[in-house]
Amino acid sequence: MIPAAFDYTAPESVADAITALGSDSEEIKVLAGGQSLIPVLRLRLAAPTLLVDIGRIEELSGITEEADTIVIGAMTTHADVAESDLVREHAGLLAKAAQTVADPQVRHRGTLGGALVHADPAGDLPAPILVLDAELVIAGADGERTVAAADFFEDMFTTAVGENEILTKIRVPKHTGWGAHYEKFTRVAQQWSIIAVAVTVQVDGGVISQAKVGLVNMGSTPTRASAVEQALVGQPATGDAAKHAASAAADGTSPPTDTNGDAAYRRHLATVLTGRAVRAAVGG
Amino acid sequence: MARISIEVDGVGYSDDVEPRTLLVHYLREQVGKTGTVVGCDTSNCGACTVHLDGASVKSCTVLAVQADGHEVTTIEGLATGGELHPMQQAFHENHALQCGYCTPGMIMQSIDLLHDNPDPTEQEVRDGLEGNLCRCTGYQNIVKAVLAAAAATPTHSDAAAGTGRSGGTA
Ligand SMILES: Cc1cc2nc3c(=O)[nH]c(=O)nc-3n(C[C@H](O)[C@H](O)[C@H](O)COP(=O)(O)OP(=O)(O)OC[C@H]3O[C@@H](n4cnc5c(N)ncnc54)[C@H](O)[C@@H]3O)c2cc1C
Ligand code: FES
Ligand code: FES
Repeated sequence: MIPAAFDYTAPESVADAITALGSDSEEIKVLAGGQSLIPVLRLRLAAPTLLVDIGRIEELSGITEEADTIVIGAMTTHADVAESDLVREHAGLLAKAAQTVADPQVRHRGTLGGALVHADPAGDLPAPILVLDAELVIAGADGERTVAAADFFEDMFTTAVGENEILTKIRVPKHTGWGAHYEKFTRVAQQWSIIAVAVTVQVDGGVISQAKVGLVNMGSTPTRASAVEQALVGQPATGDAAKHAASAAADGTSPPTDTNGDAAYRRHLATVLTGRAVRAAVGG
Repeated sequence: MARISIEVDGVGYSDDVEPRTLLVHYLREQVGKTGTVVGCDTSNCGACTVHLDGASVKSCTVLAVQADGHEVTTIEGLATGGELHPMQQAFHENHALQCGYCTPGMIMQSIDLLHDNPDPTEQEVRDGLEGNLCRCTGYQNIVKAVLAAAAATPTHSDAAAGTGRSGGTA
């Protein structure tokens, strides 16, 4: 199908984009990579009156490094995140998760910012951003504000980004030398996660000194498996320790029931896949 | 209406389009590149795959206005002087098509795949074609054709040069 008609503007600066978002068109939408929005428009599940295409704002793309942080522009594509040497070295979990999103064509267009603002509970990037304790920079009419990832994901498809605002940058603290693994469970190729587990760990002398574990599609927002994290710290980096800690993975979660599986099945998957993900993360 | 300027298969076009026009519809209906086809309504099938500034994209999931000022290569831009592109030749020789509907997209994505990874394993070929569906399920020979095209390419640097990518120095 063809989308309903809309007006279109492609500003070249964040300031001009904010101005366009404040105009009096009835329903205004930001267009980033379009890999979630264009399918929705085609099916006419949404019919905005104005699209503000932020794809021509140069300052929104690219990956740079500041002291202890890597800074990723919201318009950086999944492919560029997955292939970035900076991301691989300092936030390996994010690079690995980005590589599992959709398929190569979608990864060439879809953006990190778009995936985070879209906030699909089955999306692969919110959980890594949450466990890496990233900060999200949001621009609006009153200037810029920074929101911690823990406060960013409010509900399914709902984030801290307001109607007249734009997510501009993602600031990820460096996790240099941490092991990482993203375990995505799907039945067929090019599928959204039935569930997925995002793990990054620091191992010192064969002992896990820090552990961060996130769950995808085990609730309406990405979830942190705090009980697993606590159980792992101080344990030897072995399969037994991973298995023991992973048994708590589904604690406190409320996974959905749908055609891919019911909640009990997802809880079971969470424990099995967390064990697998931790074993892989401590191994490298 | 919005005015766009796009280079398609090496030729410059300037046209008025509605902002809601999908790139695939612009290519087929305004430029006449009917070699690029639409196979689904969900961005899943990859039949519409073209190269935008040298990288594969699903042209049903790009607006024509987003491609303004950029370069597009379609399946129709691959052959030069009546000679098939090596990937087209490999699909031909390996019987990598049945009804042929998925073929334009499969070939465009396969070229992208070898550009990133000139010497892929069978599994890497299957992963790289994850976004392309063949309703005739003829995957076996498609994978064979891509591996044959990779093997037929003498060196890695030649592989990169022979992909039909239009970005970079062009
Ligand atoms: C076939 C297919 C399979 C997919 N599979 C997966 C998968 O397995 N895992 C996965 O995680 N994702 C998957 N996706 C979705 C993909 O990751 C999208 O790229 C992503 O969800 C949206 O990013 P985008 O840049 O395309 O955003 P768009 O589609 O342009 O925008 C999405 C939403 O976010 C808003 N928005 C975007 N950027 C900003 C910004 N900077 N500031 C404010 N608002 C903004 C838009 O207004 C819109 O509401 C798939 C998509 C397709 C088509
Ligand atoms: S027609 Fe574009 S993905 Fe199916
Ligand atoms: S050959 Fe028929 S769809 Fe692939």
